[in-house]
Amino acid sequence: MLEIEIDGKKLTVPDGSTVMEAAEAVGTYIPHFCYHKKLSVAANCRMCLVQVEKAPKPLPACATPVTDGMRVFTKSDLAVKAQQGVMEFLLINHPLDCPICDQGGECQLQDLAVGYGDVDSRFSEVKRVVPNKDLGPLISTDMTRCIHCTRCVRFSEEIAGAQEIGMAGRGEHSEVMSFIGLTVDSEISGNVIDLCPVGALTSKPFRYQARSWELSRRKGVSPHDGLGSNLILQTKGGRVVRVLPRENESINECWISDRDRFSYEALMSSERLLTPELTIGGQVVSTSWDSALSKVAEEIKGTIEKFGADSIGVVASPNSTVEELYLINKLFGGGLGVRAINTFGRMSDYRLVSESEGVRWLGQSISELRQSDLFMIVGSDLRMESPLLAQQIRQSVKRGAELCVLSPSSSKQLCRSVERIVRPDELLSSLVSIAHSVVVKIGKSVPAVLQLAGLLADDDPMVEAIAKVAGRGGRISILLGEQVENSPQALEIAKVASLFAEAISAEFGWSFASANKVGAQLLTVDSADPTFSRQRKMLIGFGVDLCADSPNAQLMSHQVRAADALVLFSPFKPLSHVAPFSASLPVAPFSETGGSYINIEGVVQAFNGAVRCAGDARPGWKVLRVLGNLLSIPGFDYQSVEDVRRAALGDLEKLSSSTLNNSIDVEDVRINEKHNALIRVGDVPIYQSDAVVRRSHSLQETKLAGCSRLARMNSKTLSSLMINHGDNVLVSQGGAEFSIVAEEDDTLPDFAVALPAVIDGCGVLGELYGPISVKKNM
Amino acid sequence: MTVYTKGVVFDGVDFDDPDCWKLDRYVKRGGYAALRKIIEGSISQDSVIAEVKLSALRGRGGAGFPTGLKWSFMPRQFPGQKYLVCNTDEGEPGTFKDKDIIELNPHALIEGMIIAGYAMGISVGYNYIHGEIFQDYRRFEAALQEARDAGLLGENILGSGFSFQLYAHHGYGAYICGEETALLESLEGKKGQPRFKPPFPASFGLYGKPTTINNTETFASVPFIIREGGQKFLELGKPNNGGTKLFSISGHVSRPGNYEVPMGMPFAELLALAGGMRDGGKLKAVIPGGSSAPVLPAQIMMDVTMDYDSISKAGSMLGSGAVIVMDESVCMVKALRRLSYFYYEESCGQCTPCREGTGWLYRIVDRIERGEGSLGDLDLLESLGKNIAGRTICALGDAAVMPVQGMLKHFRDEFLFHIENKRCLVH
Ligand SMILES: Cc1cc2nc3c(=O)[nH]c(=O)nc-3n(C[C@H](O)[C@H](O)[C@H](O)COP(=O)(O)O)c2cc1C
Ligand code: SF4
Ligand code: FES
Repeated sequence: MLEIEIDGKKLTVPDGSTVMEAAEAVGTYIPHFCYHKKLSVAANCRMCLVQVEKAPKPLPACATPVTDGMRVFTKSDLAVKAQQGVMEFLLINHPLDCPICDQGGECQLQDLAVGYGDVDSRFSEVKRVVPNKDLGPLISTDMTRCIHCTRCVRFSEEIAGAQEIGMAGRGEHSEVMSFIGLTVDSEISGNVIDLCPVGALTSKPFRYQARSWELSRRKGVSPHDGLGSNLILQTKGGRVVRVLPRENESINECWISDRDRFSYEALMSSERLLTPELTIGGQVVSTSWDSALSKVAEEIKGTIEKFGADSIGVVASPNSTVEELYLINKLFGGGLGVRAINTFGRMSDYRLVSESEGVRWLGQSISELRQSDLFMIVGSDLRMESPLLAQQIRQSVKRGAELCVLSPSSSKQLCRSVERIVRPDELLSSLVSIAHSVVVKIGKSVPAVLQLAGLLADDDPMVEAIAKVAGRGGRISILLGEQVENSPQALEIAKVASLFAEAISAEFGWSFASANKVGAQLLTVDSADPTFSRQRKMLIGFGVDLCADSPNAQLMSHQVRAADALVLFSPFKPLSHVAPFSASLPVAPFSETGGSYINIEGVVQAFNGAVRCAGDARPGWKVLRVLGNLLSIPGFDYQSVEDVRRAALGDLEKLSSSTLNNSIDVEDVRINEKHNALIRVGDVPIYQSDAVVRRSHSLQETKLAGCSRLARMNSKTLSSLMINHGDNVLVSQGGAEFSIVAEEDDTLPDFAVALPAVIDGCGVLGELYGPISVKKNM
Repeated sequence: MTVYTKGVVFDGVDFDDPDCWKLDRYVKRGGYAALRKIIEGSISQDSVIAEVKLSALRGRGGAGFPTGLKWSFMPRQFPGQKYLVCNTDEGEPGTFKDKDIIELNPHALIEGMIIAGYAMGISVGYNYIHGEIFQDYRRFEAALQEARDAGLLGENILGSGFSFQLYAHHGYGAYICGEETALLESLEGKKGQPRFKPPFPASFGLYGKPTTINNTETFASVPFIIREGGQKFLELGKPNNGGTKLFSISGHVSRPGNYEVPMGMPFAELLALAGGMRDGGKLKAVIPGGSSAPVLPAQIMMDVTMDYDSISKAGSMLGSGAVIVMDESVCMVKALRRLSYFYYEESCGQCTPCREGTGWLYRIVDRIERGEGSLGDLDLLESLGKNIAGRTICALGDAAVMPVQGMLKHFRDEFLFHIENKRCLVH
């Protein structure tokens, strides 16, 4: 510990602290631009110059290490003169166009100029003008305003993991830019907008929408992945116009993903459903809630009377709130006896529900996860599934942890890693082999199940890496992702992973790409049987696009086409009204309703609606309450969303360790024969993950969204099929065909076709990780 | 161009011999004797460093930091890789001595670096050579190969068990890459931008490892010191200013060139060595230590001796030893305009005062030169100088300010004349 005195205030700080950190600890503000607590120290803006006793020159607080007994003066004449001098330099070439700058009102340069700038300018030369850059559909540039603090440059390299932004040129000609001809394509790129202290990088979708002082700030929680990133929804005139991170060090730190930041565009899109609609006899009519809900209640009653409760199937999005999911289960399950209630998204192996001993979860807290010495990610394209979790693992790897990835397809982790890319149907056998080899290597006894597949070569890099950390008793975390969750062998993979974890004393858990998968498991009624194996007379969807959000779009589209009645609770217009009886009921999206989500670590995060519902839309819990009453189901007299929450969770803020339990109850694990038939890798594209994201215009314009409109195969697969890169191909599953462009991608395993879970026209495609055939389109 | 020596670095070199750079010639004039002396006499690392300290050799790259002291900062016991780096990025306007060293006597540098590597327990060295002297880079590569072939460089040097690898690397001509930490960044393959110090290269240098950086002339002085003794070197110059020094003399003299003479030689004598003023011109001013050193008017200059202390007392710096001589035909406003343009163009651009300030300085001087200046401009220049100097990441900021300060101190009248009469006092 070191002793330091700042403006007369004494404190002790840990060794290695900087003057800036010490000043923050004691609540003293030192003006700064380039310094950011999550980025490396650049010390280039020089705004933080302070006086240090015995130093002949003012020193930058952000880069000056504290020495014992140091005395610092942040407001002395020397310090303030130095700061004013720097401010003058920053302003000479900065356009004084604050009235037309989007950053106006929330600009650090503007704020500090008030304190340190002069009234008049001594600069009478011509000001610099810098051409703007095209960084893609999300980030707007006004590069003349750039003050060269390199926060964006450091973010892209250090946090996002790819050097997408740099400072080219020298001296006054330095310009911040992306690679020539390339845009900034990171899945967390929008954070540079927050980091930029001036108006050089601003939000493109938000451009000229509002002034910061006109905005109200409401707390929100991300509805797009299991991390539960904390948000600020900024609203104006009853609309969400911007989304920013709300700092929570234990969850999202100070970042959010682009999906969290820009998905709000869908909330006001023309695809919003603003009044209840009924389709009767082919005629679509807008109607009142009263009439819509009583018609729906009648239809439900009639269907149950005629065909029984098993003739109804319910699909609710795992991004629904705790309250919505609780009421859906209570209404349809408990109240009406419907068993086909699917709140698990694209999961296709429902044995995971029946054989799990508790609610599957991360297996540890997010903060604990970050402390791992080795991460083994199994079956996850983590950057696309949970961009910030991937980011946090990247930081741990930078601090020295190891990363192993076993997956059928994986975007680069953008950090040091050992990757093993295998066919989806070999995920299980590969995991067994790895587990078997590691356990043998560290000299522990091998459980029978782990002996089902042979040993890998002695110098297999993944085995070596895991064995090394396991051998020295390091902290290992095995993380299963959506590729397992959505796999037909999910149960076996989970079992093997848990046995492996046990054998090497590792942590083991799940990373879900839905906001409330933990809640969905918790709230599912005991009798539920979410399979849709047989045709239902009536389909009820809640917050989903029935086909796009299904594990098997082909089966679901058959269901939809053959159903007599379709009831869709959704913020958005349905893609088509096909059934003889269709009802579309506008329920509030995440921004217009109160509710709560339970994240992957089991933490309950509640939020209020940020804005009033658009049009006649109503919060889901209210709609379900009324429907419950119309169907005379007892116990639907909640007064508030908090009432519902209490009924669902009691006063829990975090699920208990007895509820959260990753144990899997299965003895019999069998491994498929190896074969070479073509298989589909049906990952969920990052910007198709749910109904909201899918309708966010700017996200759909990104390169990441574009990549998902291709059928990708490695060169070996392509040549064996006599297909060339760029050819038009016909893919077919279950007899239905679909035409798409082929792309070579050598990161894929042999004889696998990456064909995303959701693409335009994907309704004809079947199993996400099932057999597929591909031929050249003549 | 003339090369003249009465000294250490070019000791015994026959400049008329086109092969003077070669190994056999170097050995004939006593080359590698110092290295052999160390190895055969098993002289300890500490004794080598002590000898260098005794010599009072000061860094020839510009800052004049005592070399022996710098070497003693290297954590010799550090378990990982350590690096030795030579700075041949010579980019300071007026300076052209290091270029001649690697062209005419490259083995002196190689031997000096091997000895330095030995003294500090370093096994890998790099010589970073300015990008615009490509022929000399080739020459240095050829000399390296000769040394390797003769077993003087590489594994197990002269059977001693000591190994030292030395590589040449050429930059692309950016002045800023001569700043030691920018040089390291560039050597690592990154954009050449200075690092904030601390940490200093001795603890966090090339690839984050302990690193010692010296100038070409500094290293090339070492063989003499070891061979003849630190005391002898010291006695060549004056106390605290040991040895001889290479002066790159340019401007209005009859014989511009490199002159290696004892430290402390009166400037008048050095001027005479260079053939005196060209075409009978009259001395007006001298920049005594490279373009960043403040200018000194003739009357002050004729009284100084050429060493760190004397020039510093006169209000300037010995710097890299580039002596720019100006006769009365020179317009000081125009001269400053050229100097300021250099720093404006060469600023790396990362830190605010230098990026913004150097351009501002240049534009004001340019305006004055064009007859568009105003009376307030001189105070503005001085005030800006204060806001730049000492507030930047590296010393380029100071380097840009010193010429301005020097000119305004000694030749303010000329600037005032430009402003008031919208024309030049000289022409
Ligand atoms: C802008 C700038 C440019 C420099 N250029 C050179 C150079 O070209 N050659 C050089 O030896 N030192 C140069 N230096 C000094 C080096 O940073 C460093 O001090 C020197 O190489 C150390 O060697 P020495 O101790 O042997 O002098 C420069 C410094 C600055 C600030
Ligand atoms: S002083 Fe100039 S050259 Fe040095 S770091 Fe700052 S901007 Fe770069
Ligand atoms: S905040 Fe310290 S130099 Fe920029």
